[in-house]
Amino acid sequence: MLIKKPHEIPPSEITPRHIWERRRDFLKVSAAGLGLAATAAFTGTGLARASATGIIEHIQPSPYSTDEPLTSLEDITSYNNFYELGTDKSDPKANAKFLRPRPWTLKVDGECAAPGEIGVEDILALYTQEERIYRLRCVEAWAMVVPWVGFPLGDLLKRFEPTANAKYVAFETLFDPEQMPGQRRKVLEWPYREGLRMDEAMHPLTILSTGLYGELLPNQNGAPLRLVVPWKYGFKSIKSIVRISFTETEPHATWNRMQPNEYGFYANVNPEVNHPRWSQRSHRMIGDGWLAKKHPTLLFNGYADQVAHLYAGMDLNRFF
Amino acid sequence: MSSGQDRTRLLKPLLFALCLLPLLLLVGRGIIGSLGPNPVEVLTHETGNWALRLLLLTLAVTPVRRLTGQVLILRFRRMLGLFAFFYAALHLLIYLWLDQFWGWSEIAEDVLRRPYILVGWLAFVLMMPLAITSTQSWMRRLGRRWKQLHRIVYAIAILAVLHVLWLVKADLMEPAIYALILALLLAMRVPWAWLSMRMRRLGSVARER
Repeated sequence: MLIKKPHEIPPSEITPRHIWERRRDFLKVSAAGLGLAATAAFTGTGLARASATGIIEHIQPSPYSTDEPLTSLEDITSYNNFYELGTDKSDPKANAKFLRPRPWTLKVDGECAAPGEIGVEDILALYTQEERIYRLRCVEAWAMVVPWVGFPLGDLLKRFEPTANAKYVAFETLFDPEQMPGQRRKVLEWPYREGLRMDEAMHPLTILSTGLYGELLPNQNGAPLRLVVPWKYGFKSIKSIVRISFTETEPHATWNRMQPNEYGFYANVNPEVNHPRWSQRSHRMIGDGWLAKKHPTLLFNGYADQVAHLYAGMDLNRFF
Repeated sequence: MSSGQDRTRLLKPLLFALCLLPLLLLVGRGIIGSLGPNPVEVLTHETGNWALRLLLLTLAVTPVRRLTGQVLILRFRRMLGLFAFFYAALHLLIYLWLDQFWGWSEIAEDVLRRPYILVGWLAFVLMMPLAITSTQSWMRRLGRRWKQLHRIVYAIAILAVLHVLWLVKADLMEPAIYALILALLLAMRVPWAWLSMRMRRLGSVARER
């Protein structure tokens, strides 16, 4: 696949607002119908195509994108930590065929005035999809640069009207051993759970991703809906989300509960915080090749200018 | 020349080639570029895995001989042990070179802060005297003490299994299998050790009379 940079769309080529807004209304009305059509299309083409390689239209570029060279689509989709689809890095791609990302409903509940459910087709129709090229830093000391497609998580959260009691946001992955064969063994506590503080969740860098490289998310990357928090270690960016809850107290996070001395609730990328398995001072960039030197890891994965204020006055060695 | 020696002569090069096969496969995959998105990780894990597997095979020689009465396999034990050392050395070399790029301060920090690295180093350091004294002339020179020295292999195997166990994040399946095999191989030695101790005691009692 050709590695493309997002082209800067000249304003002249952008459809006038009143026209695409009408298109949006049309989409909203016909969302249910579209959902059905999409389901038929995916089941009709068999399991191999169920990885949903549909092109996402009208993706907007974002000022938050980095201009660093992209990791190849091949590497992004064949080197994954997604234990629900197997514990080896190559397992998720091999087991991707079992996951059915359509139809898919996200449930939102907890401390909010308007709890409810929303289908993934509606999400795609309602929120402008942006390309966000982010660095991804795994706690295992490797990194990628991924051209995500998605939209600010905060935009979706507001829709459900969180109350003043909503101090945190909790996330939950699908639990279904049929679709996620890795869940047949209790390697982790299923379903996988993660959480963010409210201000982290509302931060403009935090997105819900629906795709990458301009197309719908491949199953092994957490289809159809995953979190991306680029200044935190990858395990915070929970995949295949079915439920979001507003909570008053710090939510349960899977790795954090399993090994609290290794995986903090915050899990901000920080080269100064020692980890019992991997030195966090540097990382290997996937795709760099054999003899390439590692790259020095930056505080907050290089997003300190945007997010350091969230942690002002906090001891980052204690709240790691 | 006995037929036993004939067979060893045939089987030794075969075993040698077999032990070299994992390395050849890795080199082949490297050449055609099929080591995946993180080739250094694959090289590190595979050389480490084969070092441990060969170490366990070395430890299986004595129990197999006792159970089957087949003495011939004793002649392959040295080669298996040396190949275990060979893969452990490759494993360490890849870590020092392709992973750490000879950054000694980072390496020192790794040893001090990460227990699985420390036990890995210990296992390798302990293997060195065994590899050096594996020759006929060293066996002759050390006499009875050779056997005592080479009992260190039990400690090495335990350290190597700990190395894998402490390295793994969540899925303990693979290290658990290695630990089980090692436990079995060590447990099988207990009855014979006990028997030979009894025999020796009986022998000395007989002599006193």
